[in-house]
Amino acid sequence: MTTPADLVCKDLTKDFDDFRAVDRVSFEVPQGSFFSILGPSGCGKTTLLRMIAGFQFPTSGDLLIKGKSMIDVGPSKRPVSMVFQHLALFPMMNIGKNVGFGLRQRGVPAAEIKTRVGRVLERVGLPGIEDRQVDQLSGGQKQRVAIARCMVLEPDVLLLDEPLGALDLKLREHMKIELKSLQAEFNTTFVYITHDQSEALVMSDNIAVMNKGRFDQIGTAKELYYEPANAFVAGFVGDANKFSGKVMGIDGQRVTVTTNGGAELSAQAMHGTPSIGANAQIFVRPEAIALSKTAPSDNPNTTPRIVDSVLFNGANSMVLLRDPQSGETLQVTLPQTGDLLGLGKGDTVFADWDPAQARCFATEGA
Amino acid sequence: MTDKSKLGFYLLLMPLMLWLITLIILPHIGLFMVSISEKIGVRQYETGLGNYAVFFNEPLYWRTFARTAFMSIFTTVLTLVLGFPVAYYIAKLTRGRTKTTLFLMCLIPFWVSELVRTFGWMILLRETGVLSNFLQYTGVIGGPVEFLYNDGAIMVGLVYTSILFMIVPLVTTLDSLDDSLIEAGYDLGGSDYSIMREIVIPHAMPGIVSGCIVVFMLSLGNYLTPILLGGKDSLWFTGLIYTQFITRFNWELGSAFGFLLLALSSSIVFIGLKLSRQSLTETMGR
Repeated sequence: MTTPADLVCKDLTKDFDDFRAVDRVSFEVPQGSFFSILGPSGCGKTTLLRMIAGFQFPTSGDLLIKGKSMIDVGPSKRPVSMVFQHLALFPMMNIGKNVGFGLRQRGVPAAEIKTRVGRVLERVGLPGIEDRQVDQLSGGQKQRVAIARCMVLEPDVLLLDEPLGALDLKLREHMKIELKSLQAEFNTTFVYITHDQSEALVMSDNIAVMNKGRFDQIGTAKELYYEPANAFVAGFVGDANKFSGKVMGIDGQRVTVTTNGGAELSAQAMHGTPSIGANAQIFVRPEAIALSKTAPSDNPNTTPRIVDSVLFNGANSMVLLRDPQSGETLQVTLPQTGDLLGLGKGDTVFADWDPAQARCFATEGA
Repeated sequence: MTDKSKLGFYLLLMPLMLWLITLIILPHIGLFMVSISEKIGVRQYETGLGNYAVFFNEPLYWRTFARTAFMSIFTTVLTLVLGFPVAYYIAKLTRGRTKTTLFLMCLIPFWVSELVRTFGWMILLRETGVLSNFLQYTGVIGGPVEFLYNDGAIMVGLVYTSILFMIVPLVTTLDSLDDSLIEAGYDLGGSDYSIMREIVIPHAMPGIVSGCIVVFMLSLGNYLTPILLGGKDSLWFTGLIYTQFITRFNWELGSAFGFLLLALSSSIVFIGLKLSRQSLTETMGR
């Protein structure tokens, strides 16, 4: 790349009194891309975002925006804008004043503020609402006003701190698509933090999975989903059935594991093969499991199982299967076709999956 | 409402109504009747506005009246200027135990009676007091200086007495200001000054106004502090009312003064609310 990335973090670390919130995090976000930081609550993602915005200062490491170090720059001087979790629209001002706030601070003439505010509100699809009050808007409209308030300043990087968290499910689904198209429209670099994996998977060009202050993996949504780097990523991104057990046999990348319940499963080892006798975890995606009423041919993972319950949810219906021997349960996507449609509690079905679609990781710290 | 719940409602309302009627409304009606009766002979009275005319014809009375009004307004402004940073610090810059401790420290002086606190100021400010002695000791002044019995002394006493009533409503409203609004202000490029002016003060406006109303009323109607710290050289209107009632036995003029003071405080509060574009229900209802 000839131009420097919009945002570069080098070994960024933040220590609080007795623990390390962000631990040597390094990443680059190229111009115009949508970068998500995905992690459970308390993993340090908010601290990381607040360091980028300038509200907190890193203990060590460097932070560059458009190639310039931002370590000694205050939040009001950084070319980044932030959409807050609860949006933080100013209730004491109308929409026009809210969106124009940043421009007023920069001493832009009033007439120009007016045209620029009008233009940005048009771009987020809310033309002519300058005179309305904040509490007269719906949740989705507030969202768009909050983005407009940042975008009117033409920041190099827009930071978003779980802004969809407060919305109801339907609106959240809608805003995901809208955010993505707004990002494409403005062609600005977005850094988005969330604990909701589907938000991250749907919108992002690149996702970083954060756990206990570190980045476990950075990659596209597909990479995270199909090639997770470790057990945490495999369990956190997407749904997965998890089995714990001991490694009994190794054949190249193919690992055979006897689960704690006594079932024998084989899976593909990722990132280094565990040794025989080591503790390991196997992850299988619910949609990678095939169901049939008759026993399929020689597949090592085929077992007859009993239907525990059917979780009907339209196209996303699931079925919970129990292994009669080990008692372990398995969550499987239920195809809405053929003779599986009438599946009911207590029926016996055969579940099998290709070992190449199951992932095996050595258990950490064991 | 059923008859039973109606009865309960009125019973619960009783103490408040009794208080309002017997202690506020009835005495005011009585005072008003007294204020509009002119004494024309021994035990002979005539209805008229003569007592009010006396007030306007005697410069000492209306000058003291105006002085009291201006000094009360000035006290209110001074209390706001001193109280706001304290309230902002308590509400926004401290957390948890520090916050509670600081808040308690503002409250502690009020565990002592106002009389004792005022005598405390007298010990500090009198000619042979702590301040005078200290300045003589350091050589700033040659001989003893009297700091009591002037407008400044009254002001110090009034601000000290009423600052808590400014800090409490301010802390409450500033507490309710979401920190992310302030952060958003900085994030959008705001300076300390513009964030204070455009975000913090508009949000705190109901608290500012209700604090100002309370402090103003307390200062205007205060008797003890101005009399003790102001003495004979610095008159306060409540002192004049006291003199009419107790020293001069002129209840008619005293009542008229009382009603003038009531009219003054009501109109200044009304003007203040109009100027700050706040409503009484909005500021007091919080």
